[in-house]
Amino acid sequence: MTLDRRQVLAVTLLPLAAAPRAQATPESLQAAITAYAGGAEIRDGRVAIEIAELVENGNAVPLAVQVAGVAAGQLRRVAVFTSHNPQPEVAVFHFSPRFAGRARVDTRIRLATSQRVLALATLADGSVWRAQADVLVTLAACVEG
Amino acid sequence: MATRALVHLPAVLRRGEAFEVRATLQHPMETGYRRDSDGRMLPRDIVRRFEARLGTELVFAADCFPAIAANPYLAFWLRLDEGGTLELRWTGDRGFQHVETVAIALA
Repeated sequence: MTLDRRQVLAVTLLPLAAAPRAQATPESLQAAITAYAGGAEIRDGRVAIEIAELVENGNAVPLAVQVAGVAAGQLRRVAVFTSHNPQPEVAVFHFSPRFAGRARVDTRIRLATSQRVLALATLADGSVWRAQADVLVTLAACVEG
Repeated sequence: MATRALVHLPAVLRRGEAFEVRATLQHPMETGYRRDSDGRMLPRDIVRRFEARLGTELVFAADCFPAIAANPYLAFWLRLDEGGTLELRWTGDRGFQHVETVAIALA
């Protein structure tokens, strides 16, 4: 029996097609954001995301979130979300009203593919502020196998 | 192998002046979305919570998800009027726990 090129391709590519990648959906992202913000109105501004626009390796992408123009003790929480990782949540950071030195946090995150990173900051007055950044990933993280 | 952590603070800490605490923990942060070479799902094994306390006061905390990179790195800022013992605690899946303490003396 001989196999032509088309049959070989069909057989070898089938497992890939049959196993969809786990990925957050717009609905699960929205649900995660709503779970974080509660009923608070989410406004754009005040928060800044520092992340490279183009990263070669999604396994450990430096990320900083900073809130400008507020005293350090005014920042209560920062949450980070991604649009196309398997799970939308990345982290939630909690700040101390008494001991915080600056309204800023740094970490390193995984990006499974090119996608949008969102940061939400909750201030002492209950207001919630949002920033977004689109990141191109040339080599994705092994979030999945 | 014992878990290792690196905690970095500025050499001189001054009363009432903000300084950065940088902490790195040796940990795979296995996401729970990957498979091994035989196609079996690798169970999730992540650090879920990080807490920094000065004495009994919580001064910073983080809830972590699988999208935090392996060997999790966290850096945050403190401003203190009194020194004390800074305790950094990581807890996670499979009963994981690691504690580092740093004595803080203010100039």
